[in-house]
Amino acid sequence: MVQGMLTVALTFYGISICISVFRIIIGPSLPDRIVALDMIGVMLVSSIAIISVMLTTTAFLEVILILAILAFISTIAFSKYIERGVILEYRRDD
Amino acid sequence: MNIDATIEFIAALFMLAGSIMALISALGIIRLPDVFTRSHAGTKSSTLAVLLTLVGAFIYFASNQGFYSVRLLLGIAFVFLTAPVAGHVITRAAYRANVKMADTTVEDELKDVMDQVREEAEKERSETGEVIIEEEKKSDEEHSS
Repeated sequence: MVQGMLTVALTFYGISICISVFRIIIGPSLPDRIVALDMIGVMLVSSIAIISVMLTTTAFLEVILILAILAFISTIAFSKYIERGVILEYRRDD
Repeated sequence: MNIDATIEFIAALFMLAGSIMALISALGIIRLPDVFTRSHAGTKSSTLAVLLTLVGAFIYFASNQGFYSVRLLLGIAFVFLTAPVAGHVITRAAYRANVKMADTTVEDELKDVMDQVREEAEKERSETGEVIIEEEKKSDEEHSS
């Protein structure tokens, strides 16, 4: 029963990730693609949580934290690139 | 049905609810008309999805193995803090890059303020004698949108 529910949940996450990949491919502008990428990162976090429950191991729980941090930082870097055209600024605002 | 099985069932129910929220969020990201409404779908409901799923995993490990995972709690707190910030930043970048809104948009209150600020900045620059390369700016905006 519980295993079946977990399998169904993992399937739903897979379908959601596929739909987001579709949005990344057809997305008309760059921010669309980044919103979808951020969503994929968040959904990977939760699918890893479900996989670690299915295998009843706690070894994957570090991956959750690191993947969440990576998704956040990549979103911030991409949006900074859209807004200013550069990621690292060397010129100060004087 | 003993108590452990019941708690496991509740944890699996949390995860199933989270995955259904993720499916609704994916539906929103494919169906909504422009990037601002899409970021509404991609930020709020997917945050709820990951929160429900991680809470379910926390309950499962707490009842099944007696393991109160601090990493899962940290992950919940981190996602809860950073997902709204990321959504806000990406929407602001989209607005500044002049991404086209949907045709059904009725009001853009920020546009007047932005135009005013831009005019004032241009006036100040022309007073101080700073040269603005307008052509390059416009081609950049077209390229990014």
